[in-house]
Amino acid sequence: MPDREMLFREAISLATAEEMRRDDTIFVMGEDVGASGGIFKCCEGLFDEFGSERVIDTPIAEAGYIGLGVGAAMTGMRPLAELMFGDFSLLTMDQIVNQAAKIRYMSGGQCKVPLTIRLSMGAGRSSAAQHSQSLHALFAHIPGLKVALPSTPRDAKGLLKTALRDDNPVLFFEDKMMYNDSGAVPEEDDFLIPFGEAEIKRPGDDLTIVATSSMVIAALEAAEQLAAQGLEAEVIDPRTLVPLDKETLLASVRKTGYALVVDEGVERYGASAELAAILNAEAFDYLDAPVLRIGAADVPIPFSPPLELRTIPNVEQIVETVLSQRR
Amino acid sequence: MARTNAKKKPSKKKARGKKVKAATLRVDADKLWFMYRKMSEIRLFEERVWDVYTRGLMPGLAHLYIGEEAVAVGTCTALRDDDYITSTHRGHGHCLAKGGKLDRMMAEIMGKEAGYCRGKGGSMHIADMSVGILGANGIVGGGFGICTGAGLSAKLRGTDQVGVCFFGDGASNQGIMLETINMAAVWNLPVIYVCENNQYGEHTPYQDVTGVEDIADRAKGMGLEGVIADGTDVLEMYDAVSAAVAKARKGDGPTLIEAKTYRHHGHHVGDAQTYRTRDEVSWWADNKDPIRLLGKYMIANKVAKQAELDTLYEQVDEEVLAAIEFGKDAPFPPPEQAFEDIYA
Repeated sequence: MPDREMLFREAISLATAEEMRRDDTIFVMGEDVGASGGIFKCCEGLFDEFGSERVIDTPIAEAGYIGLGVGAAMTGMRPLAELMFGDFSLLTMDQIVNQAAKIRYMSGGQCKVPLTIRLSMGAGRSSAAQHSQSLHALFAHIPGLKVALPSTPRDAKGLLKTALRDDNPVLFFEDKMMYNDSGAVPEEDDFLIPFGEAEIKRPGDDLTIVATSSMVIAALEAAEQLAAQGLEAEVIDPRTLVPLDKETLLASVRKTGYALVVDEGVERYGASAELAAILNAEAFDYLDAPVLRIGAADVPIPFSPPLELRTIPNVEQIVETVLSQRR
Repeated sequence: MARTNAKKKPSKKKARGKKVKAATLRVDADKLWFMYRKMSEIRLFEERVWDVYTRGLMPGLAHLYIGEEAVAVGTCTALRDDDYITSTHRGHGHCLAKGGKLDRMMAEIMGKEAGYCRGKGGSMHIADMSVGILGANGIVGGGFGICTGAGLSAKLRGTDQVGVCFFGDGASNQGIMLETINMAAVWNLPVIYVCENNQYGEHTPYQDVTGVEDIADRAKGMGLEGVIADGTDVLEMYDAVSAAVAKARKGDGPTLIEAKTYRHHGHHVGDAQTYRTRDEVSWWADNKDPIRLLGKYMIANKVAKQAELDTLYEQVDEEVLAAIEFGKDAPFPPPEQAFEDIYA
């Protein structure tokens, strides 16, 4: 079967529909996910195919319905909950962090919590400080959770299918700026991407750029500009932060001797800090310079476009950061 | 219902909550004996936990259930093994009533590998999924989401299981109560919310921090029936929960039952209890001890003689002592087990 060109959000709904056909314990819940297909249209078609029993419009009560998801997951169902803006996950922290992440452990392994939570991230739409955050590092910090960040429609499909078959709580972060990005997606039902497998999105020998989510797109563009200046960057997408494929990252850095980490979370104490720390600690002997990192500025995301763009990582910043180390 | 809390006279009206009729002999003798035994197990277990704790045989915290036994036993006697409960930080009574075993509970409380959670949960997190105990919970209100989700799951799977969410007067002021009960009401989920109003949220009288006298009154605003029951009367609890369970199994939705009860001990072992008088505590112990009340009822109805009740009580005490020995003798988990059970 040849790949089909589709949008990122279409890959999400395709993966969901395929898994719901395969496993009737999967159901979708969230705000406006039913007949209206979700605010970002990632659930389009699901309500028509699976009906209101399996595609459930919830009240605007994020902590409540994520809590229901935990209980349903503990008792034989496999809920897929959508939080339309990742910022709203902050309303659900007790359910995710104190309950979902810990129930299995606290009970000595008596239960599993196969709950997938899809949530958006990323700035760039003038949505201001409460609809633009990239909060994946908060969840990657919590033992018991898994964290996935697809950067292409293909990865979105393959990783979401894996999430829906995983027996653990998975936080599935989607950069809202990518929902209408297009890409080739395998149509096979059994196309899955395992968690903990980074992908080299662009090979190169001169430096390593580790990038997550939409920063992969920015890094690839930056790599082209760097190539024009004679530097071949290897761009690696971890795809899941938990579990993390350290080996692919380290192998690249051992080869190139230089590394830059780009992640849209706030730089201070962020995912980029953890990734850089791992590279520093475990590839120190191979590094020719300190590992660099770029994240969102340490400010709330502002509304006005020139202010907003100033705070989030971009292609020019990546190019300039790399070149400044090489001068 | 009589109360001694002098701060505020309880209103006579039962407001919009429905008062359950006083129990008559509608429970057969076997069930009465079963309830007497279960309440005795809880009482003696908790008394021995107090002893074990003060002797330094258990780490952490201990929140005792003494005085509230009728709520757990009346409720869980109305449930099946495949029904669910979620419990609270004061959870030993719920777990024993739902089928937890004395020895494995004691081992867990002592942090031993033979405990229900292999020593990973302790007193506040006892769970036994095989009999529907989805876990005691260290977060006040932590059971609302899980239990309501279990109810949604039962409905989606097409079973007639029900869930009981135990929570306290303290948790009734958490926002998650509204969020989850609203969904149970709008989707007719098979969940019974049993509020144990033991008069104090930690050290604070509930009236000082709660806008209603009867927490059952809040049910109407959330779209479900609210019932008030005497939480020291095990038969009244049994009747109230049985009716709610029958309704839930038929698909007619959730019920909120407020059990008026009292905590004879402090919030935790070691609590100096400066926030209430000794007289108040003794009044409840003398007049509203649920075990003594059931014993009286059984004797009055010629189901038991005092000597028979005493014999059973002593027998249970020996079982509890054996459970302590089991816990003491059981090995601690090897430290490396800290890294097991994180992911499935």
